[in-house]
Amino acid sequence: MKRMTDVLLNPAGGSEIVMGNTAIVRAMIESGVRVVTSYPGSPTPEIASAIQTLPAERCPLYFEFSTNEKVATEVAFGAALNGHLACVFFKSVGLNVAADTFVQLGLMNLPGGLVIVLGDDPGANSSQNEQDNRHLARLAYLPVLEPASPTEVYTMFKAAAALARAERTAVIVRLTTHVCHGKEKVTFAPWEPAPPDDTPRFSPQNGPYIPITSLVFPLKRQALERLGRLPGRLDPHICTKLSNHGNRRRGIITAGLPYLSLLDVLPAAREWPDILKLGLVHPLPRQKVLEFLQTHDEVKILEELDDFLEGQIKALAFDHRLPVRILGKLDPDDWMGEYTPDKVARVLARAWPDLLPPPPPPPTVTAPPRPAQLCPGCGHRSAFQAIRAALPPGTITVADIGCHTLGFLPPYEIGQVLLCMGHSCGTAAGLALFNRQRPVVAFLGDSTFFHAGLPGIINALFNHHDFTLIVMENGTTAMTGHQNHPGTGRNFREAVEAIPIRRVLEGLGVKTILETDTYQQDRLTALVKQALATPGFKTVIARHPCMLKFTREQARQGKPRLPPVRLTEACDQTKVCISSFACPSYQFTPEGKVRVHPDLCIGDGSCRPVCPRQAIQPGKKGEA
Amino acid sequence: MASATFDIYMLGVGGQGIGLLSEALLRAFDHAGTQVRGVDTHGLAQRGGTVISHLRVGPDTHSPLVREGSADLVIALERHEALRGLQTHLRPGGQLVYYDAEWQPLPVRLGQAPRVTPEILATAAQERRARLHRVFVEDLPDPRQQNVAVMAWLIRHGVLPGLTARHLEAALADLLEGPTLARNLELFSRLVGAGPDSPP
Repeated sequence: MKRMTDVLLNPAGGSEIVMGNTAIVRAMIESGVRVVTSYPGSPTPEIASAIQTLPAERCPLYFEFSTNEKVATEVAFGAALNGHLACVFFKSVGLNVAADTFVQLGLMNLPGGLVIVLGDDPGANSSQNEQDNRHLARLAYLPVLEPASPTEVYTMFKAAAALARAERTAVIVRLTTHVCHGKEKVTFAPWEPAPPDDTPRFSPQNGPYIPITSLVFPLKRQALERLGRLPGRLDPHICTKLSNHGNRRRGIITAGLPYLSLLDVLPAAREWPDILKLGLVHPLPRQKVLEFLQTHDEVKILEELDDFLEGQIKALAFDHRLPVRILGKLDPDDWMGEYTPDKVARVLARAWPDLLPPPPPPPTVTAPPRPAQLCPGCGHRSAFQAIRAALPPGTITVADIGCHTLGFLPPYEIGQVLLCMGHSCGTAAGLALFNRQRPVVAFLGDSTFFHAGLPGIINALFNHHDFTLIVMENGTTAMTGHQNHPGTGRNFREAVEAIPIRRVLEGLGVKTILETDTYQQDRLTALVKQALATPGFKTVIARHPCMLKFTREQARQGKPRLPPVRLTEACDQTKVCISSFACPSYQFTPEGKVRVHPDLCIGDGSCRPVCPRQAIQPGKKGEA
Repeated sequence: MASATFDIYMLGVGGQGIGLLSEALLRAFDHAGTQVRGVDTHGLAQRGGTVISHLRVGPDTHSPLVREGSADLVIALERHEALRGLQTHLRPGGQLVYYDAEWQPLPVRLGQAPRVTPEILATAAQERRARLHRVFVEDLPDPRQQNVAVMAWLIRHGVLPGLTARHLEAALADLLEGPTLARNLELFSRLVGAGPDSPP
């Protein structure tokens, strides 16, 4: 088996097929990054998976999953103050959590340098929006590099690290979902392992680091001046790339993955427009853009998500009184979704209808949709089944982020409103104001409890809000790939003392803390009813370990799977197991009868309480 | 094969092992000295949803994504997903190879949509002039090996340009080890060596 470690730590370099999220770790190692922090979130957690393959004694960098993105950014900032080259990475909406810290970074002098890796998610593949984080980079006066491929992820991270270190600043490398996960052969440079210099070099003389009132202005001036000179300090090949096809009539300015989509689409075009690809998307490489505008009659800005470049480029043309016609976003559709090759063809057709042959009509799909599902044996399914039985009609249920968000789907339909990580207690408190008629129930996962849930809980206590919080505790950060959190008793490197959720709630002074394993459905129903009948803020901890994690661990240890449950002759096809419980293991035979799918059932038996005929029995050994 | 692009679109259900299938094919093409790139679904969709991998073989590709209606080969590990892949990504006249597992999606189980039967799939394939191939192994030791059964079928029928069993075996050896590797190589060799069935 090929070891990721051997690829990542090979002093000779070499070529290997890797995804962007792996290539970036090699770039960190070659750049001498000493401290890396994160909070898990798609599309970035595989960066940590790659780091995890490095054996502790040979790993040149310190890594931690911090409690949230804000803390992660602060840990990286602190390390950079001490002179270490640091890196923090997280998903698109993670930057909102980190924002209070993040917006200050441009003002700061960071002797070690800091690279912020953002995993934006155009297409909202696994996020609650598709926000364009270039806006926030601009807000913070920080530069942004935007790679298109795993090879560029590798080269641009190294350029960003070198720039961050030389300019003592933070530099953003903005990835998107299919740049993170795209795979190709990347050629790595040799790398000379060097002993780290761990001297704590923090000095207030490197600052000022206290931006209060009038002290803000010199720092802001410094940030703006630094931003202005950065394009000149960057390798020009990384800054921009011009593809000159001798077309003076039409040009396209683009960046990131849309550039690759464009190259796949243009072979079918009547002509090849010239292309200016930006590697540096903030600040705008004004000189190169200006030259491009001056030499073309029409320029299309092919830009994924928002019109970030468009406004600046139009302003540049206006300032220089250029006659060029600039085609930006022409339809709300241009603002939405990932710029795949198919999408780029549609966007280009709106700007230049004659450029490409008419696209084929979008495919007609009759295959039934397949929404994501809770896994077989998932404790959340038992919880939803039990909780539903306890909720009176009209109950308002507030979802949060995690696997349990999937409860909003039929047949459970629990969780009617969702904003972001940890919003549930705050939102529930507002829904409970002046409301004596409809109970309010908030949900929260265990990792989210620590990440952003606590302030809402404390507020509920502080301001005497009246609602029920159900903590859906599965003992891991499940949705993003089973990372540990403060409640699990392990951090990224070692066993640590767990911080039990119950103890935290007790410490805060929560009077009503009820808890049970979710497989005990009757008990959970009774506890939720009890909580709803109790005035004030009360909590139910609905606990069951993530069964996907459990079955994977069992398989890894070579333990056989439990035999699937079986249906006895008592089954009279009431189909509650499907219509109400909806475990994926229950399927229909061609004759329309219920069967247990042997590929899917893990033999957990969590379904047994739901059958009104007691027809579900444990499987017998040897059956599959 | 020198300059032509061969686009493969793979799909299945989270948990079926599309990831190993796509990674093995990617590495096999690399072992054969062919330029290849691709991308897999990660994250939320893996929880029982449709999982997709794109693979683009040949020197003239840029994006890792296969365009709609343009895949030369669609590989599905499940029958409902086979219909989806046929309808969204297979080019007219392309090949659809599917493992005939049936993991009914939620709307089917809730009675809101009909099951996709082998007949429905066959009719849909005919309408699109697709060459349809069903893979099914009666005595498969472990359902997680359906992906290996499909790899073996593809090699036995020469569907993957320039690839031989040796390239796939090398790829599997890159990705697996110990008893897992041995078990999968054994199944792969047995199925590659099996007598001819439906020709491609």
